[in-house]
Amino acid sequence: MSVLQIKDLKVEFPGRKSTFVAVEGVNLKVEAGKILGVVGESGAGKSTVGNAVIGLLAEPGRIAEGEIYLHGQRIDSLPDKQKRRLRGRKIGMIFQDPLTSLDPLQTVESQLVETIRTHLALSRDEARARAIELIDAVGIPDAPERIKQYPHQFSGGMRQRVVIALALCAEPELVIADEPTTALDVSIQAQILELMKKLCAERNVAMLVITHDMGVIADITDHVAVMYHGKLVEYGETAQVLGHPQHPYTKSLISAVPRPDIRIERFPVVDYIEKAGAPIRQIDIATHWLGKARAYDKAEGPLLKISELGMRFQVAGSIIRSRRRYFDAVKKVSFDIAEGETFGLVGESGSGKSTIARLITGLYHPTGGSIRFAGQELTELSNRKQILAMRRQMQMIFQDPFSSLNARMRVRSIIAEPIKFHRLASSGAQVRQIVDDLLDHVGLGAAAGEKFPHEFSGGQRQRISIARALATRPRFLICDEPTSALDVSIQAQILNLLKDLQQELGLTMLFISHDLAVIRQMCNRIGVMRHGELCEVAECDALFETPEHPYTRELLSLMPSLELLSTENLETA
Amino acid sequence: MSDVSSKDAKGPDAPPGLVARIIDSDMFHSFLRSRITVLAAIGTLILFFVAFFAPLVAPHDPFDLASVSILDARVPPFWMEFADPRFPLGTDDQGRDIISAIFYGMRISLIVGFCSVFLAAALGITLGLIAGYMGGRVDAVIMRIADIQLTFPAILIALLVDGAVHGIFGTLNREVFSFWILIFSIALSFWVQYARTVRGSTMVEKNKEYVQAARVIGIPSSTIMIRHILPNVTGPVLVIATINLALAIVTEATLSFLGVGMPPTQPSLGTLIAIGNDFLYSGEWWIAIFPGLALALLVLNVNLLGDWLRDALNPKLR
Repeated sequence: MSVLQIKDLKVEFPGRKSTFVAVEGVNLKVEAGKILGVVGESGAGKSTVGNAVIGLLAEPGRIAEGEIYLHGQRIDSLPDKQKRRLRGRKIGMIFQDPLTSLDPLQTVESQLVETIRTHLALSRDEARARAIELIDAVGIPDAPERIKQYPHQFSGGMRQRVVIALALCAEPELVIADEPTTALDVSIQAQILELMKKLCAERNVAMLVITHDMGVIADITDHVAVMYHGKLVEYGETAQVLGHPQHPYTKSLISAVPRPDIRIERFPVVDYIEKAGAPIRQIDIATHWLGKARAYDKAEGPLLKISELGMRFQVAGSIIRSRRRYFDAVKKVSFDIAEGETFGLVGESGSGKSTIARLITGLYHPTGGSIRFAGQELTELSNRKQILAMRRQMQMIFQDPFSSLNARMRVRSIIAEPIKFHRLASSGAQVRQIVDDLLDHVGLGAAAGEKFPHEFSGGQRQRISIARALATRPRFLICDEPTSALDVSIQAQILNLLKDLQQELGLTMLFISHDLAVIRQMCNRIGVMRHGELCEVAECDALFETPEHPYTRELLSLMPSLELLSTENLETA
Repeated sequence: MSDVSSKDAKGPDAPPGLVARIIDSDMFHSFLRSRITVLAAIGTLILFFVAFFAPLVAPHDPFDLASVSILDARVPPFWMEFADPRFPLGTDDQGRDIISAIFYGMRISLIVGFCSVFLAAALGITLGLIAGYMGGRVDAVIMRIADIQLTFPAILIALLVDGAVHGIFGTLNREVFSFWILIFSIALSFWVQYARTVRGSTMVEKNKEYVQAARVIGIPSSTIMIRHILPNVTGPVLVIATINLALAIVTEATLSFLGVGMPPTQPSLGTLIAIGNDFLYSGEWWIAIFPGLALALLVLNVNLLGDWLRDALNPKLR
């Protein structure tokens, strides 16, 4: 008998005007010792399935139809009190963010012991022994000592291990993991996934893994369920579904996943992906305002030359010099970017890659080294006019599409602001025309100008950001994780758009990402960063095929293998 | 999600009109659902109406000496013996109609309230924005001034300002100055709240990427503060301003009652209560009680509106 069986589940959220159906007609089964992956993009209803099983649907959500069985016993209709007893005892839960899913004021031991004793009839000492055994099992060394510490004394990956230990406390039959590795760096993600796979087999637990990441699915799941708009579109063995997808949505989803192993020219344009809004109206770049006045002086040598760049932040201030403490976010980094090239910077969180972007654009002032842009030393500029001229030549696209646009301004004024500020157009009518053309060119259509940012989805907002960045007619564009907040299919579209724009306008780009697969699709040369230092700079293919630095090799080995995935629809470069 | 169905035949791209948007909004819906808020809003509107149109609504002009007669002094309200139908709520010791005096007094109270809240908000928002955006020493200096400011109660400030102004200009211009002294001293004791709130929100907003995007474009700090940050921090300010309006009216009444506020020739609600206070023990209770009730009603209504606004704008309480 399956551990978990979901039959015809329908979850709805009654609203003021209409009832929103989050999940409809979902049928799933999970066997003991097996891992079922539920994959889908944001809004697909995958988390709602998990929450419905554990009985924690957010108000006013409710299960409208269907049945949920745990070991043949129906659990969705149980009264709240009995449902609560199931949670933790029979069903364990692993949440996304290990920083917030532990109580910061209690030691790991007391959290574990409390949970164990709530569910199992054990004495305090027995519970303690079990807690130590669990901490040991999830791979935290020196368990009897570490268990006395508070959550903040553990790193992010270690904390996620503690969360897993908590979920396993009462020997549950089912563990639900909702995006268990999304908040973690690649190197830690690989370890956690391996641990989950191992524990699942050892303890014969059924596991339901909810994720948006095809890599996670390919790595650890036995079966996979693909969800789209609340419906289950494909369900089967992982190798079968990923290798030979049947449903058009699965096909398009898989073809949108950036591949570390293959470099493609463009992501295939497929159905089932949210449309940007309006068809792109072609403008003739050569004669258009956007293309004109691009005759910047051709730079002698590289367009951007960074040498020995350093950035030191003060972390603890004091009047006494020796008591001050500093953190070196960037340590003596040197690299060049040639005109028309896309240079990639890759590294884990805290490696200093975003700090470099902020140093180049002048948001921070470096504490050492030099930045030469088109032969001009940026760190020595003091004349406001010169600074503005430089600012105009370089623009930046930010990571978070939800905070990078001013919510109180209409899209038209957001995009017109840089044009007006730098007096790049001669009249109000011309500004209007340019904004319309820009909106058309990024695929939103001129009508979008009258709306406010909140009326757009994440991908559409990122298009607005791109239009704003292009509005100063820059020659150098910095993209700081431009797609990491987006779904894969939207990511594919945005990456395509950036590629097209670069070719049309001859832009030089600095592309920053933590995702090696994305970097591979976008960049000519790549720099690998770690702890504020640049480990290695190499041509794109050379880096992936013959990495030199040990850290690069480690990063590459940690990438989830996507060889399972179908390569239909892909044209390799 | 569910917006599609509500759009009419104008087509999916036509934005609905402003009125339709307001009626359709969650805010308006939450307003209608709270019966007490609707009542408070109606009450506030009526009180504001009679106050601002006092010359049209009031049965008498209590300051027109030609029409006031000492013979009508101390007439009781309509249900008591010796009442006069011309004066429904009675008259004071000089024969002025109480209800008309309340209308006119409320007008002065409200004008003082609005002006002082406006001044306090302008001062507090400006300083809060600068402190929050600049940070460092500028922030430290402004916020220490705010801390010192907090140690002085409004009454003390009003007494100090009043004393200083009279010391400089003499008592001759008292009637001209007292209005401005009131506004200035109430504003001076209320700006700190705005400054603190705006500073906090500004510190959150300035790290958001849209502000960084503006800096990358090259836009100067002053423009970023006014064009980008200010519109994003006004939500909480609106709530404080509403609740502060009620507080400012009460403070004004307190100061006027104590004699440092509006002079008896231009009585506010506080002044009227102060005048009536002298007759409270001699049986003419209505001279003090009716202005007092009007004050209580006004403050209660505005406060209820402010409370609702605070809850409606706070996503956690929805």
